[in-house]
Amino acid sequence: MSSSVSEPMTSAQRAIWAIVCLVIVLIVVARSFVGHGMGRVYVEPKPMDFVAEVSESADGESASTVDWKQLPPTEFAAYVAANPGTETISWVEYDQVPPRSYFAQETAGGGPIVFSWPRTIGLWLAAFFTLAIFSFLYRDNPFYKFAESVVVGVSAGYWMVVGFWDTIVPNLLQRLLPAFSKEYLTPGMELPAGGFDMVNLVFLIPLVLGLMLVCRLLPKCGWMSLWPLAFIVGTMAGLRMVSYIESDILVQTKETVIPLYVQGDNTSSTFMLVWTTIWSSLAQILLVIGVLACLVYFFFSVEHKGAVGKTARVGIWYLMITFGAAFGFTVMGRIALLAARVEFLFDDWMWLIDPMQQREFITASVGLLF
Amino acid sequence: MIKLLENLDRRWIFLAMALCVSVPILVIGLTGVTFPETPTPLAEAFFAEVDRAGEANGRQANVLIALDYDPASAGELSPMSASLVNQCAQRGHRMYFISLWPVGPQMIDDSIQKVIKRFYPELVYGKDYVNLGFKAGSEQVIKVMGVDLTAEFRTDVEGTMLSEIPMMEGITSLEDFDLIAEISAGYPGSKEWVLYAATQYDIPLVSGMTGVQAPQNYPYYPTQMQGLLGAIKGAAEYEFIVNAYVRENIVRKMLVKNGIDDETSRTLASDLDQIPTWTTTAAAASMTPQAKADLIDAATGATPGEFLEGQRRMGPQLFAHLLMVLLIILGNVIFFAQRRRGGSA
Repeated sequence: MSSSVSEPMTSAQRAIWAIVCLVIVLIVVARSFVGHGMGRVYVEPKPMDFVAEVSESADGESASTVDWKQLPPTEFAAYVAANPGTETISWVEYDQVPPRSYFAQETAGGGPIVFSWPRTIGLWLAAFFTLAIFSFLYRDNPFYKFAESVVVGVSAGYWMVVGFWDTIVPNLLQRLLPAFSKEYLTPGMELPAGGFDMVNLVFLIPLVLGLMLVCRLLPKCGWMSLWPLAFIVGTMAGLRMVSYIESDILVQTKETVIPLYVQGDNTSSTFMLVWTTIWSSLAQILLVIGVLACLVYFFFSVEHKGAVGKTARVGIWYLMITFGAAFGFTVMGRIALLAARVEFLFDDWMWLIDPMQQREFITASVGLLF
Repeated sequence: MIKLLENLDRRWIFLAMALCVSVPILVIGLTGVTFPETPTPLAEAFFAEVDRAGEANGRQANVLIALDYDPASAGELSPMSASLVNQCAQRGHRMYFISLWPVGPQMIDDSIQKVIKRFYPELVYGKDYVNLGFKAGSEQVIKVMGVDLTAEFRTDVEGTMLSEIPMMEGITSLEDFDLIAEISAGYPGSKEWVLYAATQYDIPLVSGMTGVQAPQNYPYYPTQMQGLLGAIKGAAEYEFIVNAYVRENIVRKMLVKNGIDDETSRTLASDLDQIPTWTTTAAAASMTPQAKADLIDAATGATPGEFLEGQRRMGPQLFAHLLMVLLIILGNVIFFAQRRRGGSA
């Protein structure tokens, strides 16, 4: 079969592909004008209103504490009217609701649910990026390149932000500079009761090692990064060695040293008892044979000839069956991911199907059939 | 014909695969009909382990749910998460959500919104479930949690101190959990939980994982991993078992609530098909017409689409696999035909 993506296509093939693309575009365009359309997101605004409740300290000398209490909108308005000087915080959260709720609201004559431009744009962008990535299957193109670059850029940016807020801030800055962290980074953190704990100075070591690791970017100081790298490799090796020996060697060896004869557990009839006994015992025997044969295959100190060679061959068969199972599972996984994306396109974007009953099923069906 | 297949452009195969996946999704999406599932012992073991969590200690179970995956694997794993949370919520387990993946908190939030908020609104945050969020450090986090959980998790995902969360009382390390339920897409994931938690502290562990990981984790079953769900097939099987259990449980509770004795309720709930007929008998005379209608609806009504995701995706699997098998056979036919002609294979 042809293996080169850039291999020229015949004019007939091009025409067929053009028809396929045209059909897809026509379905999308037509779907946009049938029933309630497609690819829209609706939200329900939820006001979040908080009032400050100041409680004086018991001794009257320490600082008073402020608790924020959430109130329903009606109570909030009444509370603010009754207590004009009270400190308040308010914002609005938008909960996504199924389009069905919006349609019902419109039929009833109005309500709080509104069309969300930002989320709708997000949905269409998701559909665009999905199709842009799929377009690579036809051939490399600017849409694919753009989508790929955005994915890489967003992933790198996301990792950097997560690394800063989930690792550097809580594990380093909060310990070395607690007052600074509370003031500028994490106001919700609790300051240590007895002031700065001198034990936390030990965190200067990872700080220095981290800075040394960054030296890899400087041509003249690149060698300094080898020290923290050696530390990481050594620590991980030590950490993993004990667990691997216990879990992957000792327990697995113990589980392989098993009786070859196993009494069946299905006592519904003599036949079933014999059958389950044979089957269970066979499984145990095959397991032991497989382990020994695979070990022999990987034992290269003896030439694979005669009995050793035949046993190694059995080992190869076991390995091939394992690789086959792994391949089958991988295919299954990839198809599941593809199915999930196609479901997204058909359900959330094109409104052709409605497995979650988010819209009106009849409308969706009519949309498909035109 | 062979000549045509030899020069077949790969894009036709892509198109065939797209059709094999798209058409079943459309048909299943429009008709709501899914392929029947027969649960394997692995999925049954997963369900049974979650079901009996906490029984040994005679208390409400504390289940640590680690959702270690991101949107890239959600297509395979989110059906497992939804069913796991569904079973735990129905069974009355306390759920402690954590993630060792940076995008994991969104997956946790997704499961909470999709299952707990929608189908179990009576569950209270901080009492029945808590979201401890993401912690960086991979297996080191598990290792530290084994000794002192509060050293890693000082607050929940919202920043509330753990000391202020009622269900965190008495939880100091991994050993305070009755079960670890892990949904994994790679590293850190199932293997790390086996290495640093299940084996070391002898805590029951069940794990759902992507297809790529499953063959590597089979050796851990059943000693170090008491239940295993591999890929979307495992998800569909587990979904099937949990849906049946939830429906049976809901019907049983409704019958008990309507004054039917416990034994009769159990018998009726175990055979849901007889419910519509039973409601017409004298035994159901004590129930109001509305209660009967609700009972019939609970026994025979459609399962919510959120809990059929795995089973829906088995349709495209079937046709895509058939295509794959066909392509492998065709590839071999072409190979042998070329070799017979003496061409370069």
